[in-house]
Amino acid sequence: MASAPLITFTDRGIYCPRADVYVDPWKPVARALITHGHADHARAGHGHYMCTASAAPIMLHRLGEITLQTVQYGDVICINGVDISFHPAGHVVGSAQIRLAHKGEVWVISGDYKIENDGISEPFEPIRCTHFITECTFGLPIFKWQPQAVIAAEINTWWARNQAAGKTSMIGAYSLGKAQRILSMLDVSIGRVLTHGAIEVSNGILRKQSVTLPDTIQVTPDVDPKAYAGAMVLAPPAALGSKWARSFGASSSGFASGWMRLRGVRRRRALDQGFVISDHADWNGLCDAIKLTGAENIYVTHGYTDIFARHLRGIGYNAAIVETDFQGEAAQSEESEAI
Amino acid sequence: MKDFAALFKTLDETTKTSLKVQALAHYFETANDEDKLWTIALFSGRRPKRAITTTLLRTWAAECAGLELWLFEECYPIVGDLAETISLILPDSSDTYDYTLTHWLNALIALSKEPEDLKRAFVIDAWDHLNGTERFLFNKLITGGFRVGVSQKLMTRALAQATGQDEADLAHRLMGNWTPQTTSFETLIEADDPEAALSRPYPFYLAHAVDGAPDQLGPITDWHAEWKWDGIRGQIILRGGTHFVWSRGEELMTDRFPEFAALLDFLPSGVVLDGEILGWKDEKPLPFAALQKRITRKTVPAKLLRDTPVILYAYDLLELNGEDLRESAFSTRRAQLEALLQSLPETAPIRLSPSIEANTWEQLATHRAQARDKQAEGLMLKRCASPYLAGRKKGDWWKWKLDPLTIDAVMIYAQSGHGRRANLFTDYTFAVWNGNDLVPFTKAYSGLSDAEFRQITAWVRQNTLQRFGPVRQVPAEHVFEIAFEGIQRSTRHKSGVALRFPRMLRWRQDKVAKDANTLDDLNEMLVIYG
Repeated sequence: MASAPLITFTDRGIYCPRADVYVDPWKPVARALITHGHADHARAGHGHYMCTASAAPIMLHRLGEITLQTVQYGDVICINGVDISFHPAGHVVGSAQIRLAHKGEVWVISGDYKIENDGISEPFEPIRCTHFITECTFGLPIFKWQPQAVIAAEINTWWARNQAAGKTSMIGAYSLGKAQRILSMLDVSIGRVLTHGAIEVSNGILRKQSVTLPDTIQVTPDVDPKAYAGAMVLAPPAALGSKWARSFGASSSGFASGWMRLRGVRRRRALDQGFVISDHADWNGLCDAIKLTGAENIYVTHGYTDIFARHLRGIGYNAAIVETDFQGEAAQSEESEAI
Repeated sequence: MKDFAALFKTLDETTKTSLKVQALAHYFETANDEDKLWTIALFSGRRPKRAITTTLLRTWAAECAGLELWLFEECYPIVGDLAETISLILPDSSDTYDYTLTHWLNALIALSKEPEDLKRAFVIDAWDHLNGTERFLFNKLITGGFRVGVSQKLMTRALAQATGQDEADLAHRLMGNWTPQTTSFETLIEADDPEAALSRPYPFYLAHAVDGAPDQLGPITDWHAEWKWDGIRGQIILRGGTHFVWSRGEELMTDRFPEFAALLDFLPSGVVLDGEILGWKDEKPLPFAALQKRITRKTVPAKLLRDTPVILYAYDLLELNGEDLRESAFSTRRAQLEALLQSLPETAPIRLSPSIEANTWEQLATHRAQARDKQAEGLMLKRCASPYLAGRKKGDWWKWKLDPLTIDAVMIYAQSGHGRRANLFTDYTFAVWNGNDLVPFTKAYSGLSDAEFRQITAWVRQNTLQRFGPVRQVPAEHVFEIAFEGIQRSTRHKSGVALRFPRMLRWRQDKVAKDANTLDDLNEMLVIYG
């Protein structure tokens, strides 16, 4: 008789019955393993949390008083015969793929991930497994990213050009992850970098855990935006076009997201610039990551799941779609912010 | 093509009209004459005949990208543009070719007679050696249709700026059947053209919608009422023994409506008429759908001309005996129009749009309620003493449209949008009850706010029952009020009806599925309004 699978999919989330733990559950559970601190993966209300040590400061800031156990990447915790370990996912600082293994059945739940080393997050490591659960936010061959250095040059050229025209540059980026990544890509010899409070909170937390970021000036009521003409302003997407954004006077605005690859999405936002950069894997990244796991059984979650799963089946994998409450990279500006 | 690509990028990245005009003017000041001519041609809808079918393009693109064709086909609706889909899936290219726009267009024209393997080699070679934007534009040159938010009018304005010529004169110069192969920039734009003055139209006066009831407009005796027709607003110019037909978008449509040439036989020269172009048979207007077939054709085949003849329903006279009448009162112009059209035979493709007599606003409201029977959209109210103004000015002309028909329906399928709405579920199928069954009867994809579309998108993602390709079946839970302008019997639809211009008026979150209307309700509407 075949034994029950190590992992099942429930309406509370991805579940391991043998260890009685959930991974990134979306309804309250007793024990939750958390891949990373973004709001759709780390939710409030669980009895006990486990995440990597470098994900912990953000988790504690967001979720407040929680019972939290932290682990180092690669440490193995054994619960009822299930070996559990966390491995870098390259998505944001502290993000992890979670490996659960029992008697040769090895599952890796990758959460959100990207392959390229962004210089801030612990770089993605492929983990061998028999069952791989992958997101596919950008699981179509039209999504291909340029190397980070190319986008950095685009951003800095744009900034310098705006500055020469007497304009402030403003980039909309998620408060946790994308904003710090952009910040680290800026050529700060061009000018000053101003930040929205929501982004500065993340900056502060990450700096405290020894992530090196360029100096920033938080825009507070005491700061006169007009005194920083030609600066770069980093803001959460929702702040673009707001009264707050208009207080900087003449400015040019850009948005940093994988969705900017599509002309239609770019045009819908009516922004001056779209920078194609994402903390999720592109098509080639997803295909390579899956290949490197050696897994035969692939479960695809949020994104273009039906198309991606069909493609995987076509090239010989057992691929199934799993419905989850994860959101991936929202294409809208008003998405809920992680912080 | 690098300067053209730079122009395209600038146009594509801004929503500001002034910046677009500036970029175009700069291009017209710096590009060579051949490229300028081609750019004018492309932005005025004159692309060369398609040298390569889109089927071949798709197949080659999938091959080059090492993808199965079905995967390419899945990507296309998400991107919403074939040329863009191709340029996104192709492997990276070198950026080594630097030929002019004219070079590429001439090469494509020459290619149309070549065998398929030669076409294939040419296209793939271009894909391999053009950078991202140029590759997209190259595909656009093949597939046609440059929608970059640049109207012909905007382009003409930029050309006027760059050449120092009068905009209206240029607008006329750009009309007609020229192609870059039959003319030159010099001939088309710069040579003397005495004909320009003859064709020049007057700017159209546009009405505002009445806000609420019209009685705040004052005594009804100050006002003239007529039907608001569902056709194409047009201006017909008869001058110097020739005629011109202009649309409200100031596009010259003379060739699309050849029947108006006959007006020269019935009316004197030096006349300019404002009115509605309508499909017309048995002395009454044809539905707009019939006229639509005429609009899309630049030249009209004889059969279409017989099946859907047009007339001008004239309602204003802007010029008589070569004299500009726009300063005189509407009532005076109207009297002159009536006199001019009096006693014309039925064979003249023109009618006088009738006045509607009413002594009170209530009486007028009764007339308005009958608009659908007259194939009209409602009423127009024009102040008797008003001059003919330019543009959309509040005060003297009002449209008092009928309220749309509405029905409450249940959403049963959702599909993601194209292009700008690629990652939102915005296209829904709606059903009404037939006993315990839900019968789909219409699709709609506009009328909700962005926030509502996002809310529904999240709900669809979490409540999908079944997938049929890009279409998702969802539980019959959400009720929407669907507004539409007309209803007709249809054998092509399961429900037996087809709606004109359906859209979502509001999301009825106060209603549950069983509160939606029934097929009987729809059929009743069909009897009354169909």
